Amino acid sequence: MKFDNKVNRKEFLKLTGIAALIGVGGKTGFSLYASGQEPETDSDENKNKIRYGLLIDTKKCPPDCTDCSDICHSKHNVPSYKSKKIEIKWIWKEPAKHLFPENNWDLKPVAAKNVPLLTVCNHCKNPPCVRVCPTQATFKRDDGIIMMDYHRCIGCRFCMAGCPYGSRSFNYKDPRKGLTELNPDYPTRTTGVVEKCNLCAEKIGDGSSPYCVEKCSKGAIIFGNLNDPESEIRKAIEQDHVLRRKAELGTEPSVFYKV
Amino acid sequence: MIEKAFEGGKKYKLWLLFLLAIIAAGIYQYSIQLEEGLSITGMSRDVSWGFYVANFTFFVGVAASAVMLVIPYYLHHYKKFSQLVIFGEWLAVGSVVMCILFIFVDMGQPQRALNILLHPTPNSVLFWDVIVLFGYLAINLFVAWVTLRKEKANLEISKLIKFLILLSIPWAIAIHTVTAFLYSGLPGRHAWLTAIMAPRFLASAFAAGPALLILLLMVVKKLTYFKPEKEAFGTLAKIMLYGMLVNIFFYGLEIFTAFYSNIPSHKHTLTYLFFGLNGYSKLVPYVWTSVAFGFVSVFMLLFPAIRANHKTLAVAATLIFFSTYLDKGLALVIGGFIPSPLETITEYTITGPEFTISAGIWAIGALLVTLAYRMTLNVRQS
Amino acid sequence: MYNKTKVSIGILLFLCLASLPFWHSLMQDGEDSAIKNPVILATAGETCVEDRAFMRSNHMVLLHQWRDEVVRENKREYTNSHGELFQKSLSKTCLGCHSNKKEFCETCHAQASVKVTCFDCHLQPEQMTEKNRQEPYFHKSRGN
Repeated sequence: MKFDNKVNRKEFLKLTGIAALIGVGGKTGFSLYASGQEPETDSDENKNKIRYGLLIDTKKCPPDCTDCSDICHSKHNVPSYKSKKIEIKWIWKEPAKHLFPENNWDLKPVAAKNVPLLTVCNHCKNPPCVRVCPTQATFKRDDGIIMMDYHRCIGCRFCMAGCPYGSRSFNYKDPRKGLTELNPDYPTRTTGVVEKCNLCAEKIGDGSSPYCVEKCSKGAIIFGNLNDPESEIRKAIEQDHVLRRKAELGTEPSVFYKV
Repeated sequence: MIEKAFEGGKKYKLWLLFLLAIIAAGIYQYSIQLEEGLSITGMSRDVSWGFYVANFTFFVGVAASAVMLVIPYYLHHYKKFSQLVIFGEWLAVGSVVMCILFIFVDMGQPQRALNILLHPTPNSVLFWDVIVLFGYLAINLFVAWVTLRKEKANLEISKLIKFLILLSIPWAIAIHTVTAFLYSGLPGRHAWLTAIMAPRFLASAFAAGPALLILLLMVVKKLTYFKPEKEAFGTLAKIMLYGMLVNIFFYGLEIFTAFYSNIPSHKHTLTYLFFGLNGYSKLVPYVWTSVAFGFVSVFMLLFPAIRANHKTLAVAATLIFFSTYLDKGLALVIGGFIPSPLETITEYTITGPEFTISAGIWAIGALLVTLAYRMTLNVRQS
Repeated sequence: MYNKTKVSIGILLFLCLASLPFWHSLMQDGEDSAIKNPVILATAGETCVEDRAFMRSNHMVLLHQWRDEVVRENKREYTNSHGELFQKSLSKTCLGCHSNKKEFCETCHAQASVKVTCFDCHLQPEQMTEKNRQEPYFHKSRGN
């Protein structure tokens, strides 16, 4: 059997059966240690389950535009500090070579290596941050969004060590000190908790898109349900050449890059 | 029995007062940290664990190393350790308390600490670490206390205590293994993602713990009536030597795998630590100091005459202690965050308040160990 | 037992000191009137989401329940014991009426010495815009 994630149902049952036989404890034992990693069965079974994701069209995204981060950060009361060391970011740009370090960049022109690409929480299907959190303050919702419960976070920052994408920020000081204007429709955070992109969980329930998607005049970000074969995002992923960051780690990001 | 801990001369009282003063300074700085947040430390978005977690990791090792006395004495009936075992157990108690405090001061929302138990999460290694650390503290505190009482009353220890002592052996291995799992189970942190993290931790612990114990026992020997046997020191020195040799060997394995495979992400942290990366090299002097101390001490300890001489043994133990402290405490934790997942380098420098709070915790550990040692010595004398 | 009298006196003294706060509050004649009758600025609806007695003793439980259900389960609607529908929102539903947070929340919490941490993150009425403050606290279904 190949060691990829597409273990079908029968094989999975066989595996857990063997595991139970040798005393690992069968399905319960298995799932206890692998929270947030449901075994992928047939993709048809996931049809009715939502899994939200983003597709970033790197060609459409102008290098010097910051509209999406501006709107996101102001709508979510994300503070800005002079010191880069303790900065808080939900969606921002990084040079392409930093987002995809495993790519073979040495024959590419400097401009291509350094073209700024958007980065944001990947809302992974197998999120390491959720796996390591000792209080379930960060958890995976049924619709695939990786959420933070700021009420529960103890600020141990294990999730920041666990995230292989650098998507998480910690409130080293009172975030209100870094906010000149408050969006009254959204809370701030408090000192000593970790925060990150929530894929606009407060907003998307009624069918609307996250702020970054709405704001982008170039249509460079597509938002939708990855499990729906009819969705725009799913079709684009099927048709185009898309990448995910550090795919080899098995986290299965829900944020795709069209290159 | 506890009142015996406070009986001592003027110098003893002054030492206690000195420790209390440092603790007070630490508490004062911590109150500022509670108000201001962790921005008073040198930690950052990229290096999100620093001196606190480094010390936590190191002292878990010191705590675990108590088994290096328990195994020879209780499993192999090595009588030379009969008087010393309890000192190892008290050192474990002091170290675990320090570990718990280092984790506590590292938390952004310490008032929510109980959330770890209110929302138990078996898939989180940190959850298990909290459980095993408190368990280890309870076992050692109970065992050391009861064995001392039995010794005072000239009684044999009960079966339950014997069971707990035996339990403390795998438990000690567990605390350090679980602590290693905090690091070695994270995808994308290449310096930590190594299957020999736990054995490495144990090896360096079995070097650092006995080193500290040798130094403490030398102080005890100098200041009190209690003169541990020469052979006991010699045995501890050998344990320390073997621990350090295995530790260096394991480190060599890491270097081989990273550089021979030539995978960039596996080389980055080691390159940063030993040579600096992209012009950033703050940890380089510390790492080479650690290497030098490690090799010099191992070389020294190979000679029986150096192990037998208290002065040279003290030098070697000090070198091993600082070598492992710099390596496992500082370089391992901070180096693991460099470069960041976004391939950038943010360096870490400890701040004054951060150091003061840490010093306060060391002083609490020292105070507990002092009181426990004093109590043991006074009880035995009477 | 050694020093029987001294130890007993010591224990007694400790008990007296430890129970001092209870004696102190017993000696005061009832509660402060501000706490007994907190100023309520009802702007919409006649009653709170649940009746007064329930809210007095259980508001924290209800708030925590709302908090967990909204954040963790994305369940944003609350049906009270009379079958009425509300939006689970501290800022909109609760502060919609109790916009005088200073008097309504803080006086009593100061007395009970329970720190309210809600507003470390959630905005207070004075930080909110006019439009927000006046938003009716009854839940509007998304269709209208």
